[in-house]
Formats: sequence, C-alpha cells, structure tokens
Amino acid sequence: MATDTLITTEQDVQQDFAAHGESRGHRTMVLNMGPQHPSTHGVLRLLLELDGETIVKAAPDIGYLHTGIEKEFEVKTYQQGVTLTDRIDYLAPLSNNLVYCLAAEKLLGLEIPELAQWTRVMLAEFTRLNSHLVWLATHAIDIGAMSVFLYCFREREEILRIFEMFSGQRMMTSYIRIGGLALPHPRGWQKRVKDFVDIFPSRIDEYEELLTGNRIWTGRTKGVGYISLEDMVELGVTGPMLRAAGMAIDVRKDAPYSSYEKFDFTVPTRTENDVFSRYLLRLEEMRQSHRIIKQALEGMPSGSHQADAPGIVLPEREKMKTQMEALIYHFKIVTEGFRVPEGEVYQAVESPRGEVGCYMVSDGTQKPYRVHWRGPSFGNLQSTSKLIEGTLIADVIAALGSMDFVLGDTDR
Amino acid sequence: MISETLQQDPIVASLAGLAVAAKFEFGELTVEIDPAQIVEALRRVKHDLQFERLTSVTGVDRYPAEPRYEVVYHLQAIAAKKRLRLKARVSGAKPEIDSVTGIYRGAEWYERETFDLFGITFLSHPNLIRIMMPEDWEGHPLRKDYPITGTRY
Repeated sequence: MATDTLITTEQDVQQDFAAHGESRGHRTMVLNMGPQHPSTHGVLRLLLELDGETIVKAAPDIGYLHTGIEKEFEVKTYQQGVTLTDRIDYLAPLSNNLVYCLAAEKLLGLEIPELAQWTRVMLAEFTRLNSHLVWLATHAIDIGAMSVFLYCFREREEILRIFEMFSGQRMMTSYIRIGGLALPHPRGWQKRVKDFVDIFPSRIDEYEELLTGNRIWTGRTKGVGYISLEDMVELGVTGPMLRAAGMAIDVRKDAPYSSYEKFDFTVPTRTENDVFSRYLLRLEEMRQSHRIIKQALEGMPSGSHQADAPGIVLPEREKMKTQMEALIYHFKIVTEGFRVPEGEVYQAVESPRGEVGCYMVSDGTQKPYRVHWRGPSFGNLQSTSKLIEGTLIADVIAALGSMDFVLGDTDR
Repeated sequence: MISETLQQDPIVASLAGLAVAAKFEFGELTVEIDPAQIVEALRRVKHDLQFERLTSVTGVDRYPAEPRYEVVYHLQAIAAKKRLRLKARVSGAKPEIDSVTGIYRGAEWYERETFDLFGITFLSHPNLIRIMMPEDWEGHPLRKDYPITGTRY
C-alpha cells in the first residue's frame, strides 16, 4: 500500500519496523520526535524509523493546533472574519487579511481605490520581510548559528513598529478590511518607512556576511534536503520551495492582484534545490520585497483609503455625527453586517510561504456559508516523508526548516 | 444544465459525458461532475488538459438539501496560468466518493481532512484516518448540524 503513496504514515512505520527490524540485524529503532508542549516552536510530531543515523521511514503527524477556524468563519459576519485570518498564519497576518478581503470583494464586486491597493501591496511585502526574517532567525538557530537570531529580530522589531503605527497592533493587525483599509495612513509614516528602506539592504548584506560564506553553515545546508520538482508539484508544495528548484511560479506575476502588475520586481529562481539554495532564494526575495516597498513609498497615490460603498464601508466619524443617512448605515453595518451576493470564489495570494487560497461560498446572507483556507504550509508539509527519508537525522532539522511551515497555518 | 456557450469551452467540451452542469461566474469556471465519474474526470483534466497541480480538495455541506455534500476540487494549470473548479455532489445518507489519490497523490491529506471534518468517505484511499481531530473524536465538525457552541471535552 505504501508503494503508490509519497506520504508515509504511522502505520507504515510500525509495519516496516515489524517486518524488517529483524532482517536488518535489529539495528533499527522507532523514534518519536516532538512536540513537547503546545507552545513550542513548530508543534509537529514526526515518527521516525532509524537505521543507525539514517532515516528509513518518516511519518509526519499534524493537527495539534487545530482550532476550528473554518467553522468559526461561518458564525461571524464577513467583516468580523478578518480578525480570524490574522490568527491562521501568525507570521503573515496581512497576506491573510488580503486574500480574505480580495475574495469577499470579488463577490461584492467592489472597486478598491488606488491608495488602498498600494498600501496593501506595501504592507504585504513588509509581511514577507517579517516572515522571512523570523524564518531566517529560527532556521539559523535550529542549525546552531545563534547570533543571526539577534540581528534578524532587530529588523523585525522595526517592521512590527511600522505595523503598529498603521494598525495599532504589532502582530494581529486586521488592517486590511473588506472595502479598503481599517484606518487612513498614520502621520509621519513616510519617514518611518523611508528610514527602514534606506538601511535594510545593508542589513541583508550583514546576514549574508554571517552565513553565506560560513563553512559550518554551508556544510550543514549544501546538498541537503533534495526533493524532485515533480514530487513537489504532485504533493502540493508551493512558494520558495518550488522557486529554489527552478520553477518561476508566483501568484503575484501569474495572476496579479491588488495592482501588483504596476510594480517592477523579478521572481528569483535557483536550480540547486537544496537547503542552501532556499536560503539564498529567500534572501533575494527580501531584496525584491525591498524594491517593491521602495516603489510603493515613492509612488504612493493620493485618494481615499476606503471604497465608495455605503452600506459596506463604515461612514466617516464626522459624517456620522451630522448626517442621518450615515448614522443609519453605521448602525446597520455594526448590528447586522452587510449582505454578500450568492456565489463562490477562489482567491489566491502569494504569501511568504507559497500560495494561500481562500475559497469562499456565500448564500446571500451576512455570514459566509463556507470558507475553506488553502494554507501553503499544509501542502508543503505533505512532502515531509519524501524530503527526509533516506537522509541523516542531523539533516532533518535543516531540511524541515528550509520548508518554512507555520503549524497554525497547517492545522487552522 | 450546461449552456450552449459553455459547451463550446474546450475544458467543458473535453469533459463531455462526465459533466452534469457548468457555470462561469466571477471569472471562474466551475464544472459539476457525475460523482461516479470523478476519477475519470480528474484523469482527463490532468493528462489531456495539463492541469498538473491539485490545489485543494474540500467539502461544502448543503444541509438540509439533498444531495447534501459537495466535494470541491481546485486545480491549476501552471504553464497556462489557468484555474478550474470541479465539483461532485454526494448524498447525505451515504457520503461516499472515489479517492483521486491514484491521479494526484497530493490529494491524500486533503481527502483525509475532508473525511475528518465532513465525514465523507473516499473509497480506496490509502490511509483514510482523521488528520485534524483526535482519533477518538465523535462527529464531524464542519457539518452544518454539528453544534457551534457547547462543551465537549
């Protein structure tokens, strides 16, 4: 049964151990790897069958962070649902806000003003930087390079401050809302972003200096974690993993959303398809994100931060106090939400980890009938068995880290 | 029901005989397939139409309508930059459909998730056990008749 599947299961491990343990001279053992505690970094359980230090079989076991978010969408109004999206992938809150809002806006047929679209792009790229920095920090620490963590978190702190400036929140931003943005731009944001944009390229050079030529780092990452491109496509892997194997797949280019087509950037690819190339690729992605942020800062259009859609977008505070109609709309939106036309859409966005998709089904009421979240980490994790079987146990952490999964996104 | 304009569509045309309905809404094509033919439909979609990537498999519960469940497949053709949604309706009394893991091996976890949360059985799936909920959990949370509040520890 296990021959036609690329995913090993717990049962396979136990059967293989029972059947071949003896013929291998009792050298094999079954090892349970993690999790120790629900709040550890990466609540993933791996069941490994080891022959010495070589992994014979590896079965991933997920579900420890399942919180029923898809069910919860069904009892919240559309606008309330935005807050849930932050909590799915807690390292990419704005990418998730964006995909959810784009799906709802597609159903509503809303036209989003340019300023809001550009701000969305800018913040989505900040999210990518934020996520890649956390990835680099923890990936390096997992492999043993302690100090990189401190450097990465220094820049991440600045990004979180920018998020806080825009939305009032560092992590669970909910800044992108159906119909535009939650708030207008904060005063002095240009300076904050400009300061960051000016310094960031030199900071990427700093990480490179610490790692790229480092012999221990290259020794631990080069030639480790190979998986064929065909297997990855077959198993639903997306994002940097595919790009590090030479496939230039990126939703931002393939199906541009939120005016990404107006930005000048390239989709970096590499061909080595190992942990080291995924590291270099993500660094290059950070440089590209920096380019996009710079363009957004310099070319930020003027206009409203929300669509002209009374009945969906909350009226301005001032109008609410002086106009009867605005007050009625405010009351109606807050108490019962807005109705969304019947239909179903699938919207995809390039999150830092790959393709995040939101399949939204509306039955014409104020609450979604069904929201399915196609998290990139779920698809990426499916490749675990294929990725690490046959390799050494010391390489497991490097190989898994290069996948950059977030278990909240996997389990939802 | 397939409108005449949609019958001209190359994707719908190549699924002729298997499709029972089709619609083009919000710029997205949805084709409903006869549930008994789902494996053949996905085989054609993958090999004849070059939709090499299965993005996700999920379900929708139309309770109390009958047939109650929709099994939804999202597909992507990478080179052609196209997306497609296939659907099959299965009954509430006997929610069963053939597994497509023989065509797209990556469907394995998605089908397990749909089985876990909706209770739809995927026949000849290599390893159909719960993936999100604990093994001894009773009920399928994403069903519409599953309670939203209440304690079940």
